[in-house]
Amino acid sequence: MASNSSGGSSDRQRIAQQRLRIIAGHLQRPVDGDSAILAAECKAQGSKPDTSREEKTVPRRRQEIMKWNGWGYSDSRFLFNKKGQAEFTGKRYRLSGMIIPGLKDWFECTFGASLQHKTPATPLLNSSAVQPPTLNEAFVEELKSTGIPFSQDAEDRVFRAHGHCLHEIFALREGKFGRVPDMVVWPNCHNDVVKIVELASKHNVCLIPYGGGTSVSSALECPPEETRSIVSLDTSQMNRILWVDEKNLTAHVEAGIVGQDLERLLNESGYCTGHEPDSMEFSSLGGWVATRASGMKKNIYGNIEDLVVHIKMVTPQGVIEKSCQGPRMSTGPDIHHFIMGSEGTLGVVTEVTMKIRPMPEYQKYGSVVFPNFEQGVACLREVARQRCAPASIRLMDNEQFKFGHALKPQVSSIFTSFLDGLKKFYITKFKGFDPNRLCVATLLFEGDREKVLQHEKQVYDIAAKFGGLAAGEDNGQRGYMLTFVIAYLRDLGMDYYVIGESFETSVPWDRVLDICRNVKARIVRECKERGVQFPPLSTCRVTQTYDAGACVYFYFAFNYRGLSDPVHVYEQVEHAAREEILANGGSLSHHHGVGKLRKEWMRETVSNVGMGMLKSVKDYVDPNNIFGNRNLL
Amino acid sequence: MTNTYRDSGRAGLVDERQFVDILEERRHSSDLGHALRTFNPHPYQGAAPCSAAELNKAVLEAQYLRYVTKEIAMETGSSVEEVRKEACGILEEMSQNLQLGFIRLMGYTLTKVFKRLFTSIFVNMEGLNMLQQAIQETPVILMPNHRSYVDFLIISYILFTYDIPVPVIAAGIPLAGMKMVGEILRRSGAFFIRRAIGSDKLYWAVLSEYVKAIVRKGYAPMEFYVEGLRSRTLKSLTPKLGMMHMVLEPYFKGEVFDITLVPISISYDRVLEESLLAHELLGVPKPKESTMGLLKASKVLQEDYGTMHVNFGRPLSVRQLCHGKINRCQYNLIPRDLPQKPTAEAQACVSWLAHLMVRIQEEGSLISPWSLMACLLLQAPITVLTEEGLLWQQLTEKTLWLRKLALDYGARLNWSGQAPDSDVMSSAVALHCSIVHRKAGRVYLVQEEELARKRPISLEEGVTRTAAAVLMLASYRNQLLHVFVRPALLATAIHITKSTQRNELFTFFCFLQDLFSYEFIFIPDKLSQDFEEACLLLKKCGAVHISQQEVTLSDMGLEALSFLQALLQPFIDSYQVMFRYLSEEGVNVFTEKQFLPAVRNLATKLILSGELHTYEALSSDTQKNVLSALRRLEAVTKLRASEQNEYKVNKAAVRRTGDILSGKIPPQMLQTTPDARL
Repeated sequence: MASNSSGGSSDRQRIAQQRLRIIAGHLQRPVDGDSAILAAECKAQGSKPDTSREEKTVPRRRQEIMKWNGWGYSDSRFLFNKKGQAEFTGKRYRLSGMIIPGLKDWFECTFGASLQHKTPATPLLNSSAVQPPTLNEAFVEELKSTGIPFSQDAEDRVFRAHGHCLHEIFALREGKFGRVPDMVVWPNCHNDVVKIVELASKHNVCLIPYGGGTSVSSALECPPEETRSIVSLDTSQMNRILWVDEKNLTAHVEAGIVGQDLERLLNESGYCTGHEPDSMEFSSLGGWVATRASGMKKNIYGNIEDLVVHIKMVTPQGVIEKSCQGPRMSTGPDIHHFIMGSEGTLGVVTEVTMKIRPMPEYQKYGSVVFPNFEQGVACLREVARQRCAPASIRLMDNEQFKFGHALKPQVSSIFTSFLDGLKKFYITKFKGFDPNRLCVATLLFEGDREKVLQHEKQVYDIAAKFGGLAAGEDNGQRGYMLTFVIAYLRDLGMDYYVIGESFETSVPWDRVLDICRNVKARIVRECKERGVQFPPLSTCRVTQTYDAGACVYFYFAFNYRGLSDPVHVYEQVEHAAREEILANGGSLSHHHGVGKLRKEWMRETVSNVGMGMLKSVKDYVDPNNIFGNRNLL
Repeated sequence: MTNTYRDSGRAGLVDERQFVDILEERRHSSDLGHALRTFNPHPYQGAAPCSAAELNKAVLEAQYLRYVTKEIAMETGSSVEEVRKEACGILEEMSQNLQLGFIRLMGYTLTKVFKRLFTSIFVNMEGLNMLQQAIQETPVILMPNHRSYVDFLIISYILFTYDIPVPVIAAGIPLAGMKMVGEILRRSGAFFIRRAIGSDKLYWAVLSEYVKAIVRKGYAPMEFYVEGLRSRTLKSLTPKLGMMHMVLEPYFKGEVFDITLVPISISYDRVLEESLLAHELLGVPKPKESTMGLLKASKVLQEDYGTMHVNFGRPLSVRQLCHGKINRCQYNLIPRDLPQKPTAEAQACVSWLAHLMVRIQEEGSLISPWSLMACLLLQAPITVLTEEGLLWQQLTEKTLWLRKLALDYGARLNWSGQAPDSDVMSSAVALHCSIVHRKAGRVYLVQEEELARKRPISLEEGVTRTAAAVLMLASYRNQLLHVFVRPALLATAIHITKSTQRNELFTFFCFLQDLFSYEFIFIPDKLSQDFEEACLLLKKCGAVHISQQEVTLSDMGLEALSFLQALLQPFIDSYQVMFRYLSEEGVNVFTEKQFLPAVRNLATKLILSGELHTYEALSSDTQKNVLSALRRLEAVTKLRASEQNEYKVNKAAVRRTGDILSGKIPPQMLQTTPDARL
């Protein structure tokens, strides 16, 4: 902990603390006192290794704090209480401990679901149902001699056998386990990884790197055809910030660190990376690199490929890294681009040098209501054309707007609900917006206070040209909250016959509207044709803007009562939706990656020659397929 | 795929219960009341409200049109502004201006006209209900066949009556030129397309953007004739692909989720223009569309035209139909509004769909008892019809036989079992007193009297006179050709080749399909299915036995076999006449204008000399089809340099085609390669 009592405590520290409280807002429930988040001047590497160690979120035994068959922390979940009202348990989030009165009606009306019809999950992980491990004794013996911790415990192995695809979670809830890794190892540093990879190569053991476990591409699934012993290489204990270079504004970080720790630790020194993918609570730096991740605030900070300055990766052929940290190089194809997006097929990313920025002085949410989605998209396009996008700008369609609305926590004062009523009246009656067509854009501005306000005005002026009405900070903030709790909500749905998933794409501007309409319609039609009894929730939002296009995110969920094989139906619909995306000029993935789920489309995506190039790299770097998760290719 | 579009219970006598006579109610309640009824349709849900003016504005501002405008300005050296103005002018001439008031006016007028012309107008309610549903879900394309001017507004009239959004309709520009009427039509939803647009790039661009904008926006259901124009012969025409392509492109390019095609079959007991059409086919020019002409034509209003059937087909999803036939990713790498030639894949898909639609129209049309009779009358020697008269007894017996065959072949017959058969046939003949009359138990062909009165007619004029009656008769036969054409081709193949080998027969069958591809509608790439169907149908009527290798004749079905073969004989004879003309010395390069009268003269001569037994060779339609077929077979080529559409003959190729057709030499596949499966 930084100490405030020391005479050197500067103004800067105080300001930084203030900023922190704001920043923490959308992630964490404000805590009494300042003990949780403190600003501190940056100290050189190793100055306080022990204290920072204690603050790390992810323990070796994930089961101590996380669910084994659902999303996130064990203490945080949605449930319908005895009164039939939805509430969110725990203390971690803004929504924690709150009643959400609108959720039940929305849930029942949207899915035709009923609180009477429950589908509870298997409560406990039954270790005896897990296949006994296939061990490579020679490998185990040598590993023991290195002193690197490892485990063959069933729970440990099950935790690392899956990501968060629907079919993976669905199977876990039913207590079904497929092939799981035979053991888990926890390297503590780069050199540990070098040793493990050497041993694996020597004994022909299959390694599957594991970071935060938030994959939604079946990337962590053990290939069922794999006959070798599979070792899950869990990077979670490699989670230190090794140094911060304030002159060049870079930080050298171990790749196992998860997003929230990285931001928190940097914040303590007054810095941030600004990389905030929706999964940042749990996803790891190495995972971001391996999947080409994208953060919500990429408009200011860039995506992972813009943020990374240097990467160190351990492969069966040895360690790959660049010799210097020049900001840009003309030295043939960038070798970083063989690593980024390699999805654990080439090696383990161990250390990354990343750009950092001073924490922003001021942050402000906002929202704009548009009469319809078309106008909203036109506005985002104009914002992109003028290159004045705020840190984040997202456009939710009408269904998602209603979804967000249903998540409004109980308001305490009559005055607030009166104001809400007035706002609604103004928008729908006075301005003539159709409540079944209107949509909302959520905004997040960051920077100097003055510039933020100026920027805000510019964006609202553009929005006004497209019929947009400013709709307040609260709506904006709730929009972002939705992305953090959506995965918890899926677990709630699964308690009541509702299954769902999200998927994403990127697409040129002129096709945004077409792809949104067609994919949503395709989902509805496919569900109908496959016997889904109630129309599905099929909704989308535009989540990122670029010069030449946008990233579109779809949610899709349905009530599976009456279906004998809901997961199969779900997969067929998702498959059809992906085909529709590709037919409409969308990409295979904007940031989720390919994994095994979308492998079948890789060839048409990158052409035969492209496939050959990728294969030849794999053949050189890992000829014996030690990194045998079989993603991507 | 073959059967997905077919209605499950399509075959057999039409169940009158699902057809409702919409004139029935009009005869019992106020016409004005109908015209002023509350019109409250459920439009396409995806459409944002848009006026005709806004639609036009969107068209002129479209990126695609901007590209083309710029391109044309560069090519012609004129300014972009000038080209834009020209585009404006084109759009003004073209665009519709649909207004409810005029729909009401149209409704009122049509009620009056229809009540006078027809005893009843039957509409299938089931189809209408499905249409009503479909219109709310996707943009809808209404695709009726076109057999008479009368049907131009019939769809709008029906939709108005049943509270369904009225369509915008693609019409030929001559209609726009009619005083008053043109404007009324425009306000009833018609938009006007020039004939022979040829290579006018700007016109194509404006038209296609206009059509695409309507589909994209779901502005209104769009109605157009996939056959391009009114069929002069009552036979389905080879579909035109331009309009079809424009309509489908928004789906190909992902601008709409789906498009629904609704094939509509309109069938008449008796067509108003029957005599006019026959004369047109014999070279008498069509009267120009004019308001005066329309008023003068009011004398046709005095006559009885029996009933009209409007059969709304099952709405078809373009998305489903095109599944696996079009790779929509092909538009991913270039801006979608960049002017581009359609790919071969897209063209093939459009052509396939267009042909499919015409086939569904055919299958949905109702065949009247009179068509059966016309068919049989045409098979009697001409002297019997003109002089001796055909025994009524013989005709009715044969008609009943044919009725059974048609039913076996799955035709939709408008022959309810309620009235006695003899009454049905008598009234059919009575309705068609302009073509035949019955006297003393015999049936005679009616010859035009007016010509005869003025002066003694020449032999040639006599031929034309008879020909007019024969062609009218032929047009009613044409209404049912689609039922028989496939087995008839096989019967002909058996007759000409005298072979029993399946593969030989298939080869000849393919040759005939190729040769007659402009005469009858065959769906591309369905040769082997068509052949299978033909085999099955011949087997069904007991005419042949079929084994793995062979198709052998059976004694049981000789009657059917000779009927089927006789059905195609006029076509074969006519084609041979034209082959003969083209093989003659002296004919090397010719224009269509020269070709038609020259062939007509030759045919007349041959008829007079008794060498040719069919008058159908005189039909300009048949003549043009031969020309198109020969061009397709590359026996005739169009001269590029020529301005007047000159053609050059390859005499050897024409002779060879004629020889194959007469069975002198075996067919080698002329153009299309045989289907891989056989």
